[in-house]
Amino acid sequence: MKGGTGRDLGRFLAPLLVGVAVLGGWEWLVRARGIPPYVLPGPLRIGQTLISDWAPLSASLIYTLKLTVLALAVAAAAGLALALLFALSRGIERALFPYAVILQVTPIVAIAPLIIIWVNDVSISLLICAWIVAFFPILSNTTVGLNSADPNLQDLFRLYGASRWQVLWRLKLPGAMPYFLAGLRISGGLALIGAIVAEFVAGTGGAASGLAYRILESGYQLQIPRMFAALALISASGIAIFLLLSLLSHLLLRHWHESARDGERR
Amino acid sequence: MTGTSLLTLAGVSKRYPTGTLAVEGIDLALEAGDFLSLLGPSGCGKSTLLRMIAGLAEPSTGRIAWPGGAPAPRDIGFVFQEPTLMPWASAAANVALPLELGGMPRRDALARAGEWLGRVGLAGFENAYPRALSGGMKMRVSLARALVTRPRLLLMDEPFAALDEITRFKLNNDLLALWDADRFTVIFVTHSVFESVYLSRRILVLAARPGRLDADLTVDAPYPRGEAFRTSADYAGQCRAVSDALAAAMERRAA
Repeated sequence: MKGGTGRDLGRFLAPLLVGVAVLGGWEWLVRARGIPPYVLPGPLRIGQTLISDWAPLSASLIYTLKLTVLALAVAAAAGLALALLFALSRGIERALFPYAVILQVTPIVAIAPLIIIWVNDVSISLLICAWIVAFFPILSNTTVGLNSADPNLQDLFRLYGASRWQVLWRLKLPGAMPYFLAGLRISGGLALIGAIVAEFVAGTGGAASGLAYRILESGYQLQIPRMFAALALISASGIAIFLLLSLLSHLLLRHWHESARDGERR
Repeated sequence: MTGTSLLTLAGVSKRYPTGTLAVEGIDLALEAGDFLSLLGPSGCGKSTLLRMIAGLAEPSTGRIAWPGGAPAPRDIGFVFQEPTLMPWASAAANVALPLELGGMPRRDALARAGEWLGRVGLAGFENAYPRALSGGMKMRVSLARALVTRPRLLLMDEPFAALDEITRFKLNNDLLALWDADRFTVIFVTHSVFESVYLSRRILVLAARPGRLDADLTVDAPYPRGEAFRTSADYAGQCRAVSDALAAAMERRAA
């Protein structure tokens, strides 16, 4: 028990110490060398900016988060639905999967301008970009999960005359949950990246509201501390999304899946 | 032995698409209520035969007939070598599965599953997940699931092979007690001479490549059988006879 708490403390303390050391070194470097804030602001200055410019920054944060969460939700629903369709018909899988791959391997920066031109509403075009990036890991992971049901269990379902729906609903879908959730964790970060990248591409023609726009705007105005503050908010958002999805995965799988074991074995 | 045949096999062979002949020319009449073991080395087609009887595979040639009428899905129970439980479902939900697939409402199915968990010695483990159960307990859940529909025929594919000896002996006894109470028909696949003699009334010896029936033996000992039987000279003698038959079968095949 004692060893366990010690290890838990170490788990949080070690990265925390590294963080404090890096930030401290950064602050020291900026002060010792007298680096002006428009080249490299120290962490304290960035923190001050975060507070003083909170009103525009928080509005942008909410805009970007809304976009990310919405894109992730649509990607999760569409990825799951398409994977289920693939599981029901190998023909559909063969016909459509290559296009999903094409969508994935084409750099979003290259397609984003087209989407922004074609779709009138900038927010919707940003949503589409974020969705394209987030969609594939969920689709491909869930497809693998649906295809990896235990063959003996499949025989058992056949023996008891289960319908295709029963096999899908009661055997393949629960078995694919860990794969789906792993895909969701990857896609959470990707949706954020997609939303930011697309807004960068939209640039000054954009809705003038997300964190990426804040970074561009601060760059033009040489308000580098505010640029860093926006950057810090993006990182914090990414970390928060990852932690939340990890928690969701743990809560759903803790009873049965090895990935959610509470480290009893270690 | 007299009685109605539950199942007859006539000239059943199975050739895989690769060309391998797994079993060849199996003729067999299975009496209702019998406890039959299929005994043979690995690769003799025992599992293939069992899968064909279950309807999970089609014979390449020959016929499998059910004189008393074709079986409904609930008429056959199957226990695999692995427990083959759904890891995301509790023990009770696993046992309730065949009933629910057959359309029984969940509440009734779970109640019935609870009764059967009690009958295999797992009362109180209804809500346990497979991860929390030992190998022997998982196999008991698997047995309860196979019996929950009250099948006419129970097919078991080396079910206790992966368990330690002490657990295996216990499960042998519990299986015999369940069989003695309900007298369903059992086909039990094993590669253990000792297990086949302890459990069954009839033993079919299979030789490998291709799997062919080589000997049809009767174990002449009354039920219920218990630990006293396991340590008796009679048991030892019957084991020797079956061992000799198996050795002879393998020798004939090698020649």
